[in-house]
Amino acid sequence: MAFRGAVITFPGSNCDRDMAVALEKVWGEPAIRVWHGDPDLPENLDFIAIPGGFSYGDYLRCGAIASRSPVMRAVVAAAGRGVPVLGVCNGFQVLTESGLLPGALMRNAQLNFTCRPVPLTVENAQSLFTAGFEEGAVVTFPVAHHDGNYFADEQTLDRLEGEGRVAFRYASPVNGSQRGIAGVLNAQGNVLGMMPHPERAIEPELGGSDGRVLFESAIGALVDA
Amino acid sequence: MKVRVYVSLKPGVLDPQGRAVHHALEGLGFTGVEDVRVGRLIELDIAEGTDDAALDEMCRKLLANMVIENYRIEKLETA
Repeated sequence: MAFRGAVITFPGSNCDRDMAVALEKVWGEPAIRVWHGDPDLPENLDFIAIPGGFSYGDYLRCGAIASRSPVMRAVVAAAGRGVPVLGVCNGFQVLTESGLLPGALMRNAQLNFTCRPVPLTVENAQSLFTAGFEEGAVVTFPVAHHDGNYFADEQTLDRLEGEGRVAFRYASPVNGSQRGIAGVLNAQGNVLGMMPHPERAIEPELGGSDGRVLFESAIGALVDA
Repeated sequence: MKVRVYVSLKPGVLDPQGRAVHHALEGLGFTGVEDVRVGRLIELDIAEGTDDAALDEMCRKLLANMVIENYRIEKLETA
């Protein structure tokens, strides 16, 4: 069975190749590259990745313009049909701006661009993206962002926590995120947005392979489905 | 018709940029600044007769992020 994973590229994306390499290395299938202006996605996708970078130069707000691009209408529709969608870093910002995930990502509280490996606690090890982790395990993924400070109102935060939709939490403060939230799931569990970069942690040569588990989990979920 | 849209952070939403500007003002020796909030001004030149509902929709759909921001629309008299 061939897995059809797509990586979306916007003008200003810069982790799209890393993401495509990670998918291919873990899955053994080349990722399909999709340009932002395409109004339609390739058919029968099993997985959609929205990569990191600085889409549209972060104009207006990070991810704001990308989230209104033609391809995102197709991504929103695909997410509604249950296709797994992973947004990393700028991809997370695009997902919140598109309304697929709640909340918003603001300037880091300490104002610095933060670029380093950070420990994360796996809060939900049952989602299709995280089933290969152990709940409560501490994993290390790199972060590289200026605007990763997760904000949502208290009611939304309580709901996310109550529904097990916080996938990852920073094990120590990184950017001022409310309740240390590093990654959130949508209500259906098929959309995950996260600031840390799993695609940059898929083999020891990159400094760690914890991120590999996320992609293995996703493919495992597809095999089981 | 010229229209100005002022986008500002909702009260209670921490503004790291405003804090940095505040800090810089203090560094320049300006005292008595209680708080600084950084917002955004967007000027639009739109067709006469564009209705308010359309303007509101522009703000809600793109110009402001309603999770963290408020907006205010100001219509300027055309000279």
